[in-house]
Amino acid sequence: MTTQTANPERPKPALWSILALLRRDKFALIAAVFLSITLLAALIAPPLLGGTGIDMDLMARNAPPFELERGFWHILGSDSLGRPILARILIAAQTTLLIAAAAVALSMVVGVTLGLIAGYRGGLVGDVIMRLTDIVMSFPSLLLALVVLYIFGPAISNVILVLAITRVPVYLRTTRAEVMEIRNRMFVIAAEVTGASVFRTVFRHILPMVAPTIATLMTIEFAFVMLAEASLSFLGLGVQAPEFTWGVMVAEGRAYLATAWWLSFWPGVFIALVTMSLNLLSNWLRIATDPVQRWRLEKEVASDE
Amino acid sequence: MSETLLEVSNLSVEFRSSRGITKAVQNVSWSVARGETLAILGESGSGKSVSANAVMGLIDSPPGHITSGTAMYRGRDLLKLSRSQRRDINGKSISMIFQDPLAHLNPVYPIGWQIEEVLRIHGASASEARSRAIELLEHVKLPNARERLRDYPHQFSGGQRQRIMIAMAVALRPDLLIADEPTTALDVTVQARILELMKDLQRESGMGMVLITHDLGVVAQIADRVVVMKDGKIVETGPVTEVFKDPSHPYTRQLLDAVPGQEPFRHVEQKREVLVEGKKLVKEYILSSNPFKRNAATVTRALDEVSFKLHAGETLGIVGESGSGKTTLARTLLRLTEPTSGEIAYKGGNVFSLKGGDLRDFRRKLQVVFQDPTASLNPRMSIFEIVSEPWAIHPGVLPREKWRAEVEDLLVQVGLRAEHADRYPHQFSGGQRQRIAIARALALRPEIILCDEAVSALDVSVQAQVIALLKDLQKKHGLAFIFIAHDLPLVRDFADRVMVMCKGKLVEEGTTEEIFSNPQDPYTVELIAASPHHDPDAHARYGTA
Amino acid sequence: MAYYLTKRTIWSAVSLFGLVVFVFFMARLTGSPVDLYLPIDAPESLRADFERIHGFDLPLWQQFVGFLGGLLTFDFGESLRQGLPALDLVLQAMPTTLLLALYSIGTALVVAIVTGALAAWKPNSIFDRIATVLSLLGASLPNFWVAIVGVLIFSVTLRWVPTSGTGSAAQWVLPVLVLAIRPAGLLVQVARSSMISALSSAYVKTAQAKGAAPARIIFIHALRNAMLPVITVAGDQAAGIINGAVIVETIFGFPGVGKLLIDSIMFRDFAVVQAGVMVTAVAIFVLNFSIDIVYAVLDPRTRGQ
Repeated sequence: MTTQTANPERPKPALWSILALLRRDKFALIAAVFLSITLLAALIAPPLLGGTGIDMDLMARNAPPFELERGFWHILGSDSLGRPILARILIAAQTTLLIAAAAVALSMVVGVTLGLIAGYRGGLVGDVIMRLTDIVMSFPSLLLALVVLYIFGPAISNVILVLAITRVPVYLRTTRAEVMEIRNRMFVIAAEVTGASVFRTVFRHILPMVAPTIATLMTIEFAFVMLAEASLSFLGLGVQAPEFTWGVMVAEGRAYLATAWWLSFWPGVFIALVTMSLNLLSNWLRIATDPVQRWRLEKEVASDE
Repeated sequence: MSETLLEVSNLSVEFRSSRGITKAVQNVSWSVARGETLAILGESGSGKSVSANAVMGLIDSPPGHITSGTAMYRGRDLLKLSRSQRRDINGKSISMIFQDPLAHLNPVYPIGWQIEEVLRIHGASASEARSRAIELLEHVKLPNARERLRDYPHQFSGGQRQRIMIAMAVALRPDLLIADEPTTALDVTVQARILELMKDLQRESGMGMVLITHDLGVVAQIADRVVVMKDGKIVETGPVTEVFKDPSHPYTRQLLDAVPGQEPFRHVEQKREVLVEGKKLVKEYILSSNPFKRNAATVTRALDEVSFKLHAGETLGIVGESGSGKTTLARTLLRLTEPTSGEIAYKGGNVFSLKGGDLRDFRRKLQVVFQDPTASLNPRMSIFEIVSEPWAIHPGVLPREKWRAEVEDLLVQVGLRAEHADRYPHQFSGGQRQRIAIARALALRPEIILCDEAVSALDVSVQAQVIALLKDLQKKHGLAFIFIAHDLPLVRDFADRVMVMCKGKLVEEGTTEEIFSNPQDPYTVELIAASPHHDPDAHARYGTA
Repeated sequence: MAYYLTKRTIWSAVSLFGLVVFVFFMARLTGSPVDLYLPIDAPESLRADFERIHGFDLPLWQQFVGFLGGLLTFDFGESLRQGLPALDLVLQAMPTTLLLALYSIGTALVVAIVTGALAAWKPNSIFDRIATVLSLLGASLPNFWVAIVGVLIFSVTLRWVPTSGTGSAAQWVLPVLVLAIRPAGLLVQVARSSMISALSSAYVKTAQAKGAAPARIIFIHALRNAMLPVITVAGDQAAGIINGAVIVETIFGFPGVGKLLIDSIMFRDFAVVQAGVMVTAVAIFVLNFSIDIVYAVLDPRTRGQ
């Protein structure tokens, strides 16, 4: 067998190698590009649009899509108050993505922290954490949403809170399972017998090994949380007027289903596209962060040049 | 020589992937006759298993491609058969057993079912298959064969699983049995019995055997002829006695020289200060998870009143097979687990009551090198980070600005290069990784290094190099070693004193010379007799061949 | 084994109790039912009567003790809205939800095993790529949007199936399919990857060395091993449907537990909420338990643990 000589060069900067790996997977690349465009649009569109998408235009009520006479923004049709759907989708993108991102970040921080404790400490503390998780998991999220809505009032931050609480168990369980496996690996034990503190063992040795799994999970969770927010909003338990998200738009359009399908259809398409892109990206991420498979990809990249 | 069963000529196999073509074997030719045992000997990466897999049609394509050669069996070229013709031969006329029988048996089916399967595939009725399966299991000396038919692979020991695999392979009285590392990872005493069983079966049926192995001792014990492979090519071939006594190729010579257990016994130096002393260590494990059901039957003693002393600058070898308690002893020494009773004294104080600075001092003075260097190095840290981590854990030992130079110096000491510091573990071979682990162990200038099967997973020639390195470091730094191994010959070359453990008990202790030249305990005698010797004549003397 | 069962049942009971306590107090945080059931201008005496009749005038802890007492005799109290025993209402709705879960997860499993096994037999073939993309798409579609678009196409436009109700078999088709899409998408991916790893395992090599034919290798050796992760994910998905098929039940007018729960939450019908949460949790416990049994049947290594 021809033996592989180890590549002598220093490791490349992380960003460079990630981009090089991304180039290898067309689907993931398209997904990443689409997500970047959506994100950019969500950031810059609302201020640029001004009144477009918010001001009513009774002449354009439920105007059908693919007609350009009312202007570009009406390309996907208009809603029941004559507001252009495309513009509203871009405005809603900001709220939708903001809620999802905040909920994902919050649940990740809490879930990973508790998961580390439950996995590393174990024992009674671990058991109590797991029982609480069971309760949160079987607690109906709709009841929680309603409770929060009543007590704290309708605000975006409360929707984020509800979504974050219901998704904490996912991170907690994943982290715990990984930590329990990794803490028995030889290199962790090697650090422990050298006298490494708990802090060092967890943050230097265990957490970096869990991180890729969490990153992959966050991508899927972002998609899931978007869907969950849309469902809550659809039932009237999520975002309240005047704020609106894609989910709210689908719900509002439902009344006009028989006469103006586009009201519900387009925001749903955007939800599906973003979710699909996130799923594609997480699939790619899973391979790219698996050490064994990643090295293979890296070598492929290297042999390219 | 009787009729030739299988003749492989000019076989070349390559694996194509996007990173290029790997030539696994090139122009390999060998043959095996009825009643004969051919050994294919090689270290990892030599391509020793590839030709056998090609013969069995087990090379996945893609990525594997057979680019040249023939494998003639009964007038037909096995490499050109259709898939269904192949299936008629596999398991019936030519069968194969593998290393790691646990992975090679389907975990979700009873073993009886799996043996019957090979019979049923080749046309036996269900009842025939059932009775034959019992017969076969009795034949390979599986205890209580009839009752254990319905048990699953995970319920058997390693040796028993390999017996089951063998029963499966010989079920249809094949002409040829291919055994790919059949005894690797088994205890030596178990290995000896399995090899004996294979030899017996061959004597009865007259089948040919191809034995693929890295172990020169196994070759000497069981094979008639040997093919030595290196980097996908055959470097030497001939009768075992000739090749081993008078190798013509330098690589074969190198392999034979690297076999452990050939050096003179180490001369025991005068007693020095006692560094570590274990006093009547007992470690009990509770088998049942039910806290209401704890009694004698559910408690097992992994350590049973084990006492030992380690002096400064000496090597203490601890030998035992699986379940002997040697790993528990190592874990106890490292304070990873507390003994049920007994204590370990380090410079007079009990290790288990150390706290704060004293505990840190103990951690500093006792370092460890584990068996699997791949697992014991954090894959996400660079070599510099790995080797310098002990200084980060023990502030004050070395100022940060000196780390770089010191890491580079340590790497050179263990036979690596200074510029390796910026690489990552996956860029090194197994032997190199173990050197990195040794460099890390040296970083704190310890008094004691515990080697837990530190060279067991390495190739013979690499083993010899690593042992030489350890001896060198011992001389240079006056280190004491606790060298745990299941392999007696390795201990023989390196240890000053040896402890033999069995089922949690210390069965014999003495200088290396005493243990090897005049073993007292029957278990020690068995252990020494069972380790295969690479000198074919030795087996003739012991009567094991 | 008996010890394991006991331990597990006890832990589940602890979780269940925690859940009940949680639900009891959380539900009451949403406000008093009096405001919803009596006109805003109802005289104070009428309000007091209402509270007295339903026991809302007692201190919270007394209400709780009374509730716990009722639990011992499986008495969850009466529904405020319908005046019937709460447990009866929940048990009436349960079969609909359970059947929805059974049919949709069953459909998803069949699709996933067939597609997954075929895709894994020749990884990276055209079939495999199409299956991968379609399964990702399936996993990305928002439930309520698919339901709305489904109604639009098959009920409103084509008039193939009625829009709502549970009377005929045809009415089940759309809800079951809508609920099956996401699980099917996820399960195809799980089935594919676990089948690929099963087919590359050592025991498959042994089977080849025995002379086993491809069909035997796929269906007898690999499939049974590959089923284990598939079953786990299918169980999670089924639990998800039992826990909240609210949206699909609402859109299609299915009288399941999800719809009952959300209506009861909205109307502060505490007795029904408590009974619903409790029965759902028990159903999920039974489900997880059956999955463990299936696991033990499929994989002897998990027996006796």
